[in-house]
Amino acid sequence: MRKKQFKNDLKSWLYLLPAMLFLGFFMVYPLIDVFVYSFEEGYHSASQTYQGIGLYNYSYVLHDPYFLQAVKNTFLLVIITVPLSTGLALLISVALSSIKRLQQLFQTIYFLPYVTNTLAVGLVFMILFKKTAYSDGLINLFIHWFGGQSVDFIDGPYIAKMFVLCVYTIWIVMPFKILILTSALASVNQEYYDAAKVDGASKWKTFTKITLPMISPMIFYLVITGFIGAFKAYSDAVALFGTDLNAAGMNTIVGYVYDMLYGNSGGYPSYASAAAIILFAIVLTITTINMLISKKNVHY
Amino acid sequence: MKNNKENKQVRKKVLKGFTYLFLIIWAIIVLFPFYWMILTSLKSYSAYNSEYIPTFFTLTPTLQNYVEAFTAVPLAKYFTNTVIFTFITTTLMMVVIVLAAFAFSRLEFKGKQVLFLFFLSLMMIPTELVIITNFVTISHWNLRNTFLGLILPSVTSVFYIYLLKENFEQIPDSLYYAAKVDGTSDLKYLLKVMLPISKPTLITITILKIIECWNSYVWPRLITDDANYYLVSNGIQAIRENGFGRENIPAMMAAVVVISVPLIVLFLIFRKKVMAGVSRGGTKG
Repeated sequence: MRKKQFKNDLKSWLYLLPAMLFLGFFMVYPLIDVFVYSFEEGYHSASQTYQGIGLYNYSYVLHDPYFLQAVKNTFLLVIITVPLSTGLALLISVALSSIKRLQQLFQTIYFLPYVTNTLAVGLVFMILFKKTAYSDGLINLFIHWFGGQSVDFIDGPYIAKMFVLCVYTIWIVMPFKILILTSALASVNQEYYDAAKVDGASKWKTFTKITLPMISPMIFYLVITGFIGAFKAYSDAVALFGTDLNAAGMNTIVGYVYDMLYGNSGGYPSYASAAAIILFAIVLTITTINMLISKKNVHY
Repeated sequence: MKNNKENKQVRKKVLKGFTYLFLIIWAIIVLFPFYWMILTSLKSYSAYNSEYIPTFFTLTPTLQNYVEAFTAVPLAKYFTNTVIFTFITTTLMMVVIVLAAFAFSRLEFKGKQVLFLFFLSLMMIPTELVIITNFVTISHWNLRNTFLGLILPSVTSVFYIYLLKENFEQIPDSLYYAAKVDGTSDLKYLLKVMLPISKPTLITITILKIIECWNSYVWPRLITDDANYYLVSNGIQAIRENGFGRENIPAMMAAVVVISVPLIVLFLIFRKKVMAGVSRGGTKG
């Protein structure tokens, strides 16, 4: 009996072996290693040697102007895009749920950005916003119509660049939020609405007193995933401003990590590790704060 | 009294009108970049560059840019690379996760609960943390600029194991015991009974993985610097930075269209499955 049990166990582990090997090599080991790297001072890639153990890498990263710029960019991006995209998605989802005709068509259209290649479609945004010697670009044409001055959104002032990055980020994240919120709205029990109608509650009151509380867990879920996602922004910035984000002044924290690792300024896995760990300390803190706030405001 | 009722009716109609207007505006914002990339890809090089003020349509569409996209830059190569990468990664991952999900859902062994909890906790690890060591590992194994190097780190997904395990668990136990009585082996039971029953979930996971592979950018960028191994994302970035000469935007847009079409077609075919899958566990943004 015992032998049979052992044989059974062995067989089960065999089924799990591929998954465990891959996870071990490419998730568990790297996770430990990244902390090790971050404390190894003066690490040399080619010889794999280091000089000492300490906090120098963290201190270097925290004093690097490129990192500080990346932190500023990332925070701005988060603070602007998360509330705007969540709010807009809520408006669109409410509108979408209130109609019957064409609902599916709209839903399908709204989902399209999710299945596009961020790098490829980013190029389209770049062209729409870019001002060149040959043309001011389409967005500038609109600005002219309203009597404004041309702005170079891709190589111009910081605010303009930040604006495009936010616009593109919002465009990209909307499908997911609309999808989640429309299904949340659809799952609110119809009986509550019927009861509100009997009581003669106004539409606005029904929305704030019934709909919002009922879907608040989902809104909260979107805010959290939105924060996490926006903190990890990178490829949208590359799509708009090219791979040399430091030169464009538009790098993000994740971009900084990769630049430290590889490319013209690369070869420093220790700095990259320290920066990555700082990023996740930030994300973890903010997620915790979000959780605490939500505990007070979300109705489950 | 009657007037009041009519008023209400009118107000309702106006509100409906505004709702549709709002929805149409957002639809235009979503669709416009797609329209613009197709439009630009159909304009000839000289026509595009002579437009100081961009025009919203073209009367002389040309396919020249598509020819250009496939001849002047190795777009076909990037495309084939991505197809190969996507196909192998997705296939391997399906094998790995099906086996793991089967063990977790159907087999009994010591330490199962603990191991599963451990797997779940791995879901919280962000890629950005582990990518640094993976990059170093793959470099040391001399796997840079190889398909193996591109593929290896992404053939397991804890989340999909979890999703599939939940699905497998809904298959009634009685089927399993009946098969056991008939002397069916576990593996045969998995292949002949469980997989066919779980087909919808398997298709959903496959499509989500294909989308992920097709759009992957960061890892391929780190691991390849030889254009022979570029995937479409890196390819388009290379095209942008030194492809047709910076200014041939119509040809660039033709390349963008070629890259975007496969996923959009896939999405339109499997619309319901994709949306259901994403709402269960997609994360982008």
